[in-house]
Amino acid sequence: MEVTLLNINSLGYCLRQSIVSIYRNFWLVLVTAGIIAVSLSVFGGLLLIAVNTGQIIRNVESNVEIAIFLYDEANAEEIQFKLDNLVGVRNSTFVPKEQGLEEFRKSMNMAIPLDGLSGKNNPLPDLFRVKAVRAEIVPELAREIQEFPGVEYVEYGEKVIDILNRVTGWLNTVFLVISSLLALGAIFLIMTTIRISVLSRQEEIGIMKYLGASNSFIRFPFILEGMVIGWLGTLSAALVLGVVYYRLVVLLKQEALAFFVQPVTDMEILLPLLIGLLVIGTLLGGLGSMVSIHRHLKV
Amino acid sequence: MIEFRNVTKSYNNSNHPAVANVSLRVERGEFIFLVGPSGAGKSTIMKLLFREIMPTTGQLFFIKRNIINFTERDILKYRRLIGMVFQDFRLLKQKNVYENVAFALEVLGQSPRKIRQKVPVALEKVGLTGKEKAFPSELSGGEAQRVGIARAIVKDPLIILADEPTGNVDRDNSKQIMKLFESINENGTTVIVATHAWDLVDRMQKRVIALKKGRIIRDEQYGGYATEY
Repeated sequence: MEVTLLNINSLGYCLRQSIVSIYRNFWLVLVTAGIIAVSLSVFGGLLLIAVNTGQIIRNVESNVEIAIFLYDEANAEEIQFKLDNLVGVRNSTFVPKEQGLEEFRKSMNMAIPLDGLSGKNNPLPDLFRVKAVRAEIVPELAREIQEFPGVEYVEYGEKVIDILNRVTGWLNTVFLVISSLLALGAIFLIMTTIRISVLSRQEEIGIMKYLGASNSFIRFPFILEGMVIGWLGTLSAALVLGVVYYRLVVLLKQEALAFFVQPVTDMEILLPLLIGLLVIGTLLGGLGSMVSIHRHLKV
Repeated sequence: MIEFRNVTKSYNNSNHPAVANVSLRVERGEFIFLVGPSGAGKSTIMKLLFREIMPTTGQLFFIKRNIINFTERDILKYRRLIGMVFQDFRLLKQKNVYENVAFALEVLGQSPRKIRQKVPVALEKVGLTGKEKAFPSELSGGEAQRVGIARAIVKDPLIILADEPTGNVDRDNSKQIMKLFESINENGTTVIVATHAWDLVDRMQKRVIALKKGRIIRDEQYGGYATEY
């Protein structure tokens, strides 16, 4: 007689069994999947917000500049050389005082006559504009450059960067806490549903044991059931999120606001996010049923 | 094939053991009646045989191997050699006759082709051909028990354990069920039946092991139920 404990035939049987079980507990499954969908929508929404703030921060970061004002007698070439060899500097541009005046004139929209300030009368110093590779190293970079000979003073959007860094840190914490809570909630939900499923099949499980079913054979359909519920929930969450996000993107593009806030529409970022969400939801379902089975199914 | 060596089983909530110092041997192909009043220890012996419970003291052997030392996997393999028949049939209500019998093979991971082959044969043996689509609620006690028997024999077990198989079956059907067990036994399967049905035991003249308060008080090769209780 065959003594295979779990083979391809068993797998087929288990799969059918989970489908039957889901069909039998249809409403319960629907409600569970629905609540999971809601919590994962929030989770996914947070993820999208995180991705977008990331993008905004990168935008701002790439625009953060360090302005280095030089003494009149400073050696610009030497400073240029030093800047080029400084770690953390993405690029640096030398702005001679004439160009500075020109830019100033432009930014003032030529409202003020500045003709008398050209040449020797130019009150502006020569300066360098430096861009850092990342926003958070800007303060350190500024301190280092301040020490260069010939540098009068260094200026950067100190406050902006500080706020930016704090907001990112804070957002990450909030994101982590809420996601963990939602994940826990989803697991508990699945646990309850699977518990009810186990209880409603108690008699069948007893008979299966008498017929010589292996533990894995008895457990597997429940784990599958949990995974299917998790998957269904996430799938609906992904669909809802997709539609809402798409609408939002379209809306933002029409608004003037879009000039500052450009939503992430890159499929290379969004697709892995949705697939990841599906995998997480499915795994959460499996995990929830495993815990539930461990507690309620004594085989 | 099976040997009990000084087996005692005590339950925590009882002063005297359910089975006390029982020693017995069962050879392959035997037909055995376990008789005795309620509480004599018949069910305990059945449960010990299925290794649902462990003896408090003593040894239990199956083909020279000590059942007590079985691993989880061993237990599983061992149980697959045993077909169980219950007093309350234990059929799955939401499955029809065919599905209930097929279930025994599905649980063992047998292929759909093999299942389609074997289930009709088993149903024919118990005389239920034509009742495949009926659900347990539509069956008489006798028919339900025959489904139970078909489910037990469909996997070609070495041993059939039947605990009060005629307890919920009328007299005429009881006779047929015992006849069924007899024909299963004639094909080489060891059959152990725990029963109260004294008239059937008397008629069949098989080996009878009589229990009283957990002890074997009689073990006769061609015995009757006897009326000493």
